[in-house]
Amino acid sequence: MLLFAARRLMLAVLVALTVSVICFFLLHLSGDLAQALAGSSSSASDVEAVRKAYGLDRPIIVQYLGWASRVLTGDLGQSYFFKEPVAKLIAERLPVTMVLGVCALVFAVALALPLGVVAALRPNSWIDRTALTISVLGQALPSFWFALMLIIVFGLTLRWLPISGSGTWQHLVLPSIALGYYATPAIMRLTRAGMIEVLASDYIRTARAKGLRAPSVLFKHALRNAVIPVVALAAVQFGFMLGGSIVIETVFALHGIGYLAWESIARADFPIVQAIVLILASVYVVLTFLADILNAFLDPRLRVG
Amino acid sequence: MTAVLEVEGLRVDIAMAAGALHAVRGVDLALAPGETLGLVGETGCGKSLSALALMDLLPRRVRRSARRMVLDGEDLAAASPRRMEDLRGDRMAMIFQEPMTSLNPAYTIGNQLAEALMRHRAVGAAAARDRAVELLEKVGITAAGERLRQYPHQLSGGLRQRVMIAMALMCGPRLLICDEPTTALDVTIQAQILLLLKALQREFGMAMIFITHDLGVVARIADRIAVMYAGEVVELASAAELFAAPGHPYTRGLLRCLPVPGRDRGEPLGVIPGMVPNLAQEIAGCAFANRCDRAADACRAAPPPWAPGAHRARCILAPRAVA
Repeated sequence: MLLFAARRLMLAVLVALTVSVICFFLLHLSGDLAQALAGSSSSASDVEAVRKAYGLDRPIIVQYLGWASRVLTGDLGQSYFFKEPVAKLIAERLPVTMVLGVCALVFAVALALPLGVVAALRPNSWIDRTALTISVLGQALPSFWFALMLIIVFGLTLRWLPISGSGTWQHLVLPSIALGYYATPAIMRLTRAGMIEVLASDYIRTARAKGLRAPSVLFKHALRNAVIPVVALAAVQFGFMLGGSIVIETVFALHGIGYLAWESIARADFPIVQAIVLILASVYVVLTFLADILNAFLDPRLRVG
Repeated sequence: MTAVLEVEGLRVDIAMAAGALHAVRGVDLALAPGETLGLVGETGCGKSLSALALMDLLPRRVRRSARRMVLDGEDLAAASPRRMEDLRGDRMAMIFQEPMTSLNPAYTIGNQLAEALMRHRAVGAAAARDRAVELLEKVGITAAGERLRQYPHQLSGGLRQRVMIAMALMCGPRLLICDEPTTALDVTIQAQILLLLKALQREFGMAMIFITHDLGVVARIADRIAVMYAGEVVELASAAELFAAPGHPYTRGLLRCLPVPGRDRGEPLGVIPGMVPNLAQEIAGCAFANRCDRAADACRAAPPPWAPGAHRARCILAPRAVA
């Protein structure tokens, strides 16, 4: 188990490193940063001055190594726009995004898991078809449109919930639903498929042959095996949600890192963009690592080096 | 001696789009305590479905019905699904063909063994663990205490089948149904498991139904043999009599398909020509008539008689007094 965890951890570090390289180079190759910083109407000499001031005239490898070594000491650089440390700006906003992501994931799992189980118990019944409809809608509706519909119905017409900003838990309800609903279909379909397969397996017949009651057969013997792939998927979905929160945070004016990324791209504030991409990627890597560990906990066959 | 199990007119119908498929068409079985009944027949003859019907483990679209189905004085035909759950694993237990997939990969052997006892008896975890160790030792597993912490994937097929047997015996059932328990195992392990089952049966005094398509296996373990064909029992006799004087043409055909060492060298093995009849339709006469080389018009007109007696064959040509 320790060897397994160590191997996964090494892999995770490698992935994080690769992501940092790719994101740094892509940003620098996507256009002339000095030009973007100086503004499109500035003169050639101004652009050169900006280039020198921010060290953008150095070879890109040197720039990367400089940035990477500072990141390792916890220094994410200075924001061009705010003139403040990037780490401080992100630390202020990351909790909003994380809380939103966790709420959205909880909403998605709480909706998708029971729907998937019920659909698997009665395949092709009206319950299964209803669950399928819900999931297809979730996949088909663009999240910004769905978010606007939620605002119109629950915020403007029914006036149950605030439509934008943050502060109270009520502010998180609509964004969590909008963000979480998008992840519901995949989790539900995978739960359903997993449960159908597991329920037809020999060890479920064994469990029934022992005379176990239906809840024990269903939850102890079937669900535990059926959720193994769902755990990995949920981790990936959580990563997607943090990325997707850029849209949702913008629609609901939530000041998380998604909203910050959106503003910073418009301002060519690339130290912030770079740091956010790195943080989202790292969160993603950590989640995948945790999902692997959780999977090994659920499935003893995976606990080998 | 009162019978452990009495079954009369067991039928199993599978709901199909085009109508019901009559997979088991009126099977009668009776078992005395400590007796082993071999249930033999080819794939699809209804032997496994009959066993699953007794256990009430049939899939949802499959229905069982019987004129009479009594286990140890308890009417199984009238038992509710909850009552059947109480009986399963306690008074009747079953082991299956696939030891590799019959244990839950997510739980330890100890957990799965203890669960079988704790479901039916008011015992604590420690007592259940002791019982599990005792039974693992009985089924010939060494270092039983350590095995309890192992997961199924850490065990070989033969060991897993021993665990399945131990699990079935946790509550000391009156009836043990073995559905091809040795088919997936290699030949040496097969012999060990058969000997083990025989020994355990004597020790526990339980009745056993042993399902197989392997006549060689059934000859070694069964006291009596029921040969099934197309959803019904076509011949029922003691093991010795069945092999010495098979009364039904289908049984004779099956025996001709067996290789015999030292005889028939170079000659092809026997085959039974033709196909099993379609069980979705009603069969008027003898189900085997279309494949029987001695079939007469009378065979196709009416079902052959099934006279009482120790050795019975569902065939008009069978001598009345084989027993």
